[in-house]
Amino acid sequence: MRWLKDSALERLREAADAPDLEGTRYRLVGKLGQGGMGGVFRVEDPMLGRDVALKVMNTADGREEVAARLLQEARVIARLEHPGIIPVHDAGILADGRPYYTMKLVQGKRLDEHIQDVTGLSDRLRIFLRICDAVAFAHAHGVLHRDLKPENVMVGPFGEVLVMDWGLSKLLNKAGFGASQPPGPSLADKTLPPGTGSGNVLGTPGYMSPEQASGDGMLDPRADIYSLGAMLECLLGGAEPVPRPLSAIRKKAMAQEREGRYSSVPELAADVAHLVDGLPVTAYPESPFMRAWRWIARNRTWILLLLAYMITRAVLIFFRPR
Amino acid sequence: MPDDTSIGGARQQFPLTRFSVIEGARSEHAGERQRALDVLISVYWKPVYKYIRLHWNKDNETAKDLTQDFFAWLIEKRLLDRFDPGKARLRTYLRVCVDGLVMNTDKAAQRQKRGGDAELLSLDFESAEGELAQLPIPSQDNPEESFAREFARSLFGLAVERLRKECEERGKLLHFQLLELYDIEEGGKELTYDEVARQFGIKTTDVTNYLSFSRKEFRRIVLEELQAMTANEEEFRREARTLLGVRLA
Repeated sequence: MRWLKDSALERLREAADAPDLEGTRYRLVGKLGQGGMGGVFRVEDPMLGRDVALKVMNTADGREEVAARLLQEARVIARLEHPGIIPVHDAGILADGRPYYTMKLVQGKRLDEHIQDVTGLSDRLRIFLRICDAVAFAHAHGVLHRDLKPENVMVGPFGEVLVMDWGLSKLLNKAGFGASQPPGPSLADKTLPPGTGSGNVLGTPGYMSPEQASGDGMLDPRADIYSLGAMLECLLGGAEPVPRPLSAIRKKAMAQEREGRYSSVPELAADVAHLVDGLPVTAYPESPFMRAWRWIARNRTWILLLLAYMITRAVLIFFRPR
Repeated sequence: MPDDTSIGGARQQFPLTRFSVIEGARSEHAGERQRALDVLISVYWKPVYKYIRLHWNKDNETAKDLTQDFFAWLIEKRLLDRFDPGKARLRTYLRVCVDGLVMNTDKAAQRQKRGGDAELLSLDFESAEGELAQLPIPSQDNPEESFAREFARSLFGLAVERLRKECEERGKLLHFQLLELYDIEEGGKELTYDEVARQFGIKTTDVTNYLSFSRKEFRRIVLEELQAMTANEEEFRREARTLLGVRLA
């Protein structure tokens, strides 16, 4: 029997797990990454002359429930056409029997890596607001992400922010998201694959809401709001001293009881946007003194100009020849 | 073939049916039991020998004896009958059994116990010793990991050998040679498909097609071999994740 070096073992491992693209129009370029449910490969689409990302179920996970979840993820993303959500191009079953889908190839950085290069608090908060936009859009279409974390957000070379990895997403019942659902057929009408319904503990510790961690099957958008709060906390790490209102926003988003959290992502985003604009936030009731101080801080240019004008006038009056 | 054992002859029976090795080893039918043990030994003897050499720090002669003792013990005491897939992987169970043997055995007494004239397995210890010389010094505090790596090396090695044979029989040796060039030999991946096509006198598209075929066959063989080495679907999935390097979130 042939002796295999460690490097040969690694190459054979990759070869054994590579997708069998026979019968598709794609050509394998290389592996991009590995998730719990599947591997992501860079493939060439010679028909359109571009490279795309192909996500395929792990060879080892040849279970129907995982296959159903991967295809469900593709269908969910395909329905969520939003600039903050990565677009799906194609889906199907490979010759080796594994389901796959292709999506836009994002050549950026994961948020947890990108954030090291963003030092300004307001810049970080603007990224957070873009994430909120995408998540709010998904909620409006009856989809919970359930695995929001910096590793699942990509920031492209032109500053585009994309929420990725919808593999744990859950479809809400119509009653679960109220009147914000747009017209048209609902994803909630489709059959949920096993593992994405109720009663399963899926998610990432540290970002998962307490109810999600306890396996509560009745999750609603407030579960994602908790994760957004945890992401906000991560985004604030290492930044300049955190203003108290911002800290209050994070605390409210991450309240242990969901009743204590924001009721919707737009409500959370509005508070963060108000903070960026120097406006009052609902999570942080202000005393009259603090309100006055914030008003002064917000209008300090005008106030300084007015003061300068008044001092000049006073000086002129004082030294006026009598 | 050097990795043939004297038990049950050459490995002609792969792939056996689902659960074959475990169930076969537990069979009351002597022929089936031997065939299954033959398969098990062909995959595990090198990991066991290297584990005893490196983890237990035994010299090569002692390690040879203990490897022989281990498989004799496995057969004689029908240790696989006691294997419970609900409690551990087969790989872990065998490693723990090796630990038990090395800790408790007195070599001479053990030889005496099996009668001193029990049939010895025909194992190519020289090749295993040569492989050991090429191994980096393993981490002493993680025996499970080093045992798993040697198991993967052994299983992949057998799969490569089987792929070569099957390709030869089907007149597709060139398909195998491309996999050998790209995935086994050093530096193969640096060659472009065009360069390889010129080297072998084939079209560039043939290179990708042949390579795709041999990789697909390699995956099939690895999974078949692994399936035969595991007791149930759950253990198979777990081992496949370990073997293929797939991390779980």
